[in-house]
Amino acid sequence: MKTNTKTTGRRHTAKAARLPRCPTGIQGLDEITGGGLPRGRPTLVCGGAGCGKTLLAAEFLVRGAAQFDEPGVLMAFEETEKELEANVASLGFDLEGLVRRKKMVVDHVHIERSESTQSGGYDLEGIFVRLGHSIDSIGAKRVVLDTLEVLFANLPDEAVLRGELRRLFRWLKAKGVTAVITAERGPGSLTRHGLEEYVSDCVIVLDHRVSDQVATRHLRVVKYRGAMHGTNEFPFLIGADGISVLPITSLSLNHQVSRERIATGIPRLDKMLGGRGFFRGSSILLTGTAGTGKTIISCNFGHAAARRGERVLYFSFEESPNQIIRNMHSIGLRLEPMVKRGLLRFHSARPSLYGLEMHLATMFKEIAEFRPQVVIVDPITSLMDLGTVSEGKGMVTRLIDYLKATQVTTLFTSLTQGGHPLQQSEGGMSSLMDSWLLLEDFEGNGERNRVFYVLKARGMGHSNQIREFLISDHGIDIVDAYIGASGVLTGSARAAQGALEKAAALAGQQEAAQLKREVERKRGALERQISGLRSDYESEALELRRIAEQVGTRTLLLSTERAESGRLRQADIKLGSGMPIKSKAGRRLP
Amino acid sequence: MKTVKDSNAVAVERARAKRPAVRSKDEFLLRLFVAGATDRSRQAVLHVRDLCATGLKDRVALEVVDIYQQPALARSNQIVATPTLVIENPPPLRRFIGSLANIAALFAELDLIKKGKSEP
Repeated sequence: MKTNTKTTGRRHTAKAARLPRCPTGIQGLDEITGGGLPRGRPTLVCGGAGCGKTLLAAEFLVRGAAQFDEPGVLMAFEETEKELEANVASLGFDLEGLVRRKKMVVDHVHIERSESTQSGGYDLEGIFVRLGHSIDSIGAKRVVLDTLEVLFANLPDEAVLRGELRRLFRWLKAKGVTAVITAERGPGSLTRHGLEEYVSDCVIVLDHRVSDQVATRHLRVVKYRGAMHGTNEFPFLIGADGISVLPITSLSLNHQVSRERIATGIPRLDKMLGGRGFFRGSSILLTGTAGTGKTIISCNFGHAAARRGERVLYFSFEESPNQIIRNMHSIGLRLEPMVKRGLLRFHSARPSLYGLEMHLATMFKEIAEFRPQVVIVDPITSLMDLGTVSEGKGMVTRLIDYLKATQVTTLFTSLTQGGHPLQQSEGGMSSLMDSWLLLEDFEGNGERNRVFYVLKARGMGHSNQIREFLISDHGIDIVDAYIGASGVLTGSARAAQGALEKAAALAGQQEAAQLKREVERKRGALERQISGLRSDYESEALELRRIAEQVGTRTLLLSTERAESGRLRQADIKLGSGMPIKSKAGRRLP
Repeated sequence: MKTVKDSNAVAVERARAKRPAVRSKDEFLLRLFVAGATDRSRQAVLHVRDLCATGLKDRVALEVVDIYQQPALARSNQIVATPTLVIENPPPLRRFIGSLANIAALFAELDLIKKGKSEP
């Protein structure tokens, strides 16, 4: 990190040594030109009427005198000192004060063609002397000539004039002052009188274009000898504090990032975002067709932030603050206490009120004033419709970078016009966003239901599920959507599916119970069988014992009987084992 | 306004007629602004002096200013080109720029001098 900054620092000084720059102090212009205008050389600023040439030149001088301690001379060919003072005072510059403190000289050059008649050769020594005198009187480092071309209109003999102008630019260079020369744009050429051929170091073209009835100013560095510069057209705006160029491509991506997470105000949504919500300072895009609940989610987010004690700035381009407050009341979200406590501020403006640049300027101003932690832009698309896609994207980039640099969390809503919500314009804008929530309408079963999902969330684990969300009297409720064979089931279909599943579960339960009963019955039968068998067994055993006993007694009886008969027959023969037959016979004998 | 600025150096001349106490309508007040001692400056001064001497006679006050010496006057008099001859009186304000070679003819054209043409 350290070595990094060191090398860039060195590179920077090396560049500066090659061609010294004269910082203009104009927001964005120094970024484009890599530090400012070429020091000690004349710069040509050309453009059509009303595109801000004089203002740019005047700001260069005033900022030079006020910020960089470089006194300046303004030679005005079109406007008088008083007019100029009034014009720049409306942008917050104190020209009169600078003149009084000898930081600036304003010299109005008045030429009236009807007053003068030419007779013989002439030179422009009058201009040289006046300029030289003014420069020397305050030690000026900067000079503005606005607009030299007035000379062409009011002085005869163009050849003489051209020669003199060439000499003037040489003289300015020799004087070592950084000069800005303004010129009217001509048809087919940069300037009407070809001044660009004398000023070869730096040429800046200003442009004021109207597209779709909305005017946007553009600035382009056509030429910057011996230096890298942004060659694109950059939109610029004239705000309450002067010119601010919006350099889209030169913005660096090195803002600080936070690991802090902030809740969205919708607990289930937080859970979907890894359980803790969005990163602080991230940019969030909320896309959806009309009526999908973008504003409601935004208000929830703003409400949650205000409840944490953060300041929330809500830019609304479709609804008035009172309307939003009333509507949110219907879902149980009370915003007016937040407004009263100064935590929530609304800024409502119709998109068509003024052009993109003015919108951006007023937004910047509001943000700088209110210093919010959370900014909501609802919807960004109505702003982007004002300009071309690239202008809109540039604006959003600028806004996001500005907000990120100050760790402001931004929520943009984006209205998509039917069809599939992933449209081209979103595709362009979404790359700038850290998180993207998509709201959709699901139509089916004669009803519309809202679903949403997290399309992307940089740097955090997030749910990939489509969720249905319900808007009720007490706010937003996110429920799991059923995924059926025909896609996601929402609304009554989801309810029907729920009932169906419940019934199935019940049926299963009943079946199981029946099965259990059956088994038990079987078991009972078996047990009964077993007890029958056992009683059988026992009776058999009893029988067996009885038989055995019978046999025993019979044997005893027999032997007694035989002994008796033997005694009677007086057969002293000892009774053998094989005698029973004999005894039987003997028994039978009597 | 009437204080005549003394310009030294070079061929800056002071062709000043008597200043009448009461300025009549015919009285001319001319200011010639030149830048240094260039050929053009010298020529301009010469031509104007000639005009004053012949066409305007004594009814003229001429002031020659070298803007190198008096740069502040260049600004206050709105000088852009040099040489410039400013006719402050009689009104309206008129300017002639250049070396003023045919200044007498221009004056005659503008009916500033009646005698110029009648006096060959």
